[in-house]
Amino acid sequence: MWDYTGKVMDHFRNPRNVGVIENPDGVGEVGSLACGDALKLMFKLGSDGRIADVKFQTFGCASAIASSSALSEMLMGMTLDEASKVTNQDIAEFLGGLPEQKMHCSVMGREALEAAIDNYRIGKTDKKILGGKVVCNCFGVTEEEIIRVVRENGLSTVDQVTNYTKAGGGCGKCKGDIGNIVDKIVHERLEAERKLGAHAVPRKMTVIEKIRLIEQTIDREIRPLLKRDGGDIELIDVEGNRVKVALRGMCAGCQVSSFTLKDVVGVKLKEFVSNDLIVEEVRE
Amino acid sequence: MKNVYLDNNATTAVAPEVIEVMAPYFKEHWGNPSSMHTFGGRVKKAIDEARQKVAAFIHADPSEIIFTSCGTESDNTAIRGGAEAVGAHLNVVTTRVEHPAVLGPCRYLGERGHRLYEVNVDSSGQLDLVQLGSALREGSALVSVMWANNETGVIFPIPEISEMVKVAGGVFHTDAVQAVGKIPIDVRKVPVDMLSLSGHKLHAPKGIGVLYVRKGTRIQPFMLGGHQEDNRRGGTENVPYIVGLGCAVELAQRNMAQEVTAVAALRDRLEAGMLATCPDTRVNGDRANRLPNTANISFEFIEGESILYMMSDVGIAASSGSACTSGSLEPSHVLRAMGVPFTAVHGSVRFSLSRYTTSEDVDYAIKQLPPIIARLRAISPFVKK
Repeated sequence: MWDYTGKVMDHFRNPRNVGVIENPDGVGEVGSLACGDALKLMFKLGSDGRIADVKFQTFGCASAIASSSALSEMLMGMTLDEASKVTNQDIAEFLGGLPEQKMHCSVMGREALEAAIDNYRIGKTDKKILGGKVVCNCFGVTEEEIIRVVRENGLSTVDQVTNYTKAGGGCGKCKGDIGNIVDKIVHERLEAERKLGAHAVPRKMTVIEKIRLIEQTIDREIRPLLKRDGGDIELIDVEGNRVKVALRGMCAGCQVSSFTLKDVVGVKLKEFVSNDLIVEEVRE
Repeated sequence: MKNVYLDNNATTAVAPEVIEVMAPYFKEHWGNPSSMHTFGGRVKKAIDEARQKVAAFIHADPSEIIFTSCGTESDNTAIRGGAEAVGAHLNVVTTRVEHPAVLGPCRYLGERGHRLYEVNVDSSGQLDLVQLGSALREGSALVSVMWANNETGVIFPIPEISEMVKVAGGVFHTDAVQAVGKIPIDVRKVPVDMLSLSGHKLHAPKGIGVLYVRKGTRIQPFMLGGHQEDNRRGGTENVPYIVGLGCAVELAQRNMAQEVTAVAALRDRLEAGMLATCPDTRVNGDRANRLPNTANISFEFIEGESILYMMSDVGIAASSGSACTSGSLEPSHVLRAMGVPFTAVHGSVRFSLSRYTTSEDVDYAIKQLPPIIARLRAISPFVKK
C-alpha cells in the first residue's frame, strides 16, 4: 500500500465539492481514461469576483481524488489572480505531502485549474490543448509541460519527471529526450546559482558544504564529460583547498590525464566551487 | 472488522498443519543435511521425504525435483540455465502475458544474441497457437509458456503446446506457479521438460520454490558453489521450508477435489453476484478454461486503486490491473495484450479465492461491493447520466 497521509485518506474517503455546477464561469478538463486519471474542474465567481463555488469530478486513484478535493477546498474564496498562483506543490503540501510517484496527481490538479481559468478569461475550449512538441507519446506530455514541472519543482532526474508528469512511464522511448531537457534546466539552474553566488556577499562555506558542492560539480559537470571518452572520476578526499581525485576507466593511465585533471576537473571545480582549489590525482 | 481475503493469487495463508511440521526444524532439527553425523542425517531424511511428496504430487521422479528459493528463481534457472546449456542463437519463444519472472529472463536473452518471440493472445486471453507454430518452425527453440495466468486465471492448453514443442525439437518450460494446487498436474502425461512452482501460492510459506527438470534435460545451474540438489543448485538447503512444502503439497492433493468444485462454485457465485448488482461490469478472460479460484472483473469508468482502498476500508483484500497499483504507470500488460479497453483495464479487480474462503466471505463481498462502485462512479466524470 502507498504511504498516504491521514489527510490524503480523509479527502479520498470524504471528498469535498464533488459534482457539477449549472452554468459555471470556468471549466477545465485534463487527462483521459487511457491515461488512468482525469479531472473535470469547474467554478463560479461571486459578485465580489471571488470564487464562490467549486465542483469537480475525478477518475483516478486515491491520491488523484484527494488532490482534486484538496484543490477545491483551497480555491474557495480566492480571486482568480490568487488561484492562478496555486502550484502543484501547494496542493501536495495541503495534503501533508504525496508519495513521490503520485506527484503527477497534484500536477493534474494545477493543470485543470489553469484550463478552467483560461476558459473563463479567454473562452478557450475546456479541453486542454497541447502546447509545443509532444515528447512522450504514450501519455501525450509536451516539452513545455516538462520544462515547467522541472523548473517549478526543482527536479533533476528523468525518474522524477516520470513521477510528476507520467512522461517516460510508458514505452520509455522518450527517456533520452527527457534527459536532455532535464540536463539543460539543471545546467541553467547551476549557472543561476553560480551567478547569484558571485554577486552575493561571499560567505565562507563549511567543510561539509564545500565537499557537497564538489561532489555535485563532479556529478553534474565533470563526470558526463569524462564518460563521453569512456572514463570516470572518483572523489577520494578533500584536505583544505586540496581536492584528491582518482581517474577511472579510460582516463586512468591516459597519456593526457594531467591535461584532463588541470583543464577539465580543475577548471570546473574553480568555476563552480571555489577559485582556490588545487586538484591532485591519487594513483593506486 | 470483517477480514475477507480474496487475493490468493498474490499469496496464500500458511496452512496451520504446515507451520506445525516446520517448527521442529527450527527448534530441534537444525543440522546441516550435508553433515556426517546424526544432526545432519536426520534432516537429510526429512528433505528426501519432502522431495518424494512433491514428486508424487506432480507424478515426477524425486530426482527430477530441485528445491529453489521461489518461483522467480525456478523460472530464471529454467530459462537462463536452459538457454546456456542448449547453446547460442536460440529462438526464445514465450507469450505476451507471462509473469515478469518469465518475461524478464526471456527479454534478457533477447538482448544477448538470442531471437525472442512473444506470442499473442486473443480477446479471451487464449494463446494464438498458429503464431506459436510458426515461431517453432524458425529453428531450435527454448519455449516458456505459463500453465495458467496469474491475473485472469486463463488456462493454456499445455498438453497440446508441450506436444507441439516436442515435435519441433524444442525445450519446453512452463511456469505452473498459479496452476499447481488448483488443478491436477501430471508430468507423465504432459511432456514438459521443466516446470516451476512456488510454495506460497499453495499454503506453504514464502521463500520456497521448485523447479522440475525432466531426466535428460540439460540446464546450467544458476547458483554455483555447492553440491546440493545433485549439483544443480548450490546453497545449504532451506530445510524447514522444504519440509513445509512437502506438507503443503500433501494437503493440496487431499483438497484438490474441493479446489476444483467447491472453490469454483464460490467463485462463480461471487462473479455472478458482482455482475448482477453492478452495471457496466465485465469479466476478463476465457470463462470456460479458467482456474477454479480466479475472477477478473472490470468495473468501467472507475479506477482500480480507489476500488481497492475502499474495499480495504471494509476489510476486503483483492488486486487490480490498474496502473496506479503496479508502481509503474502502465496498466496490466496481460489485459492490454487481450485488447481489453483502457477503460476496463484501469477498473479491473482480481478476486482470487482459496479453500479457506467461506460462503459468508462471498456474501459479504457481494453486499459490500455495489455501494463502493456506486460511490466512485458518482465522482467519475465519465459516467453517462
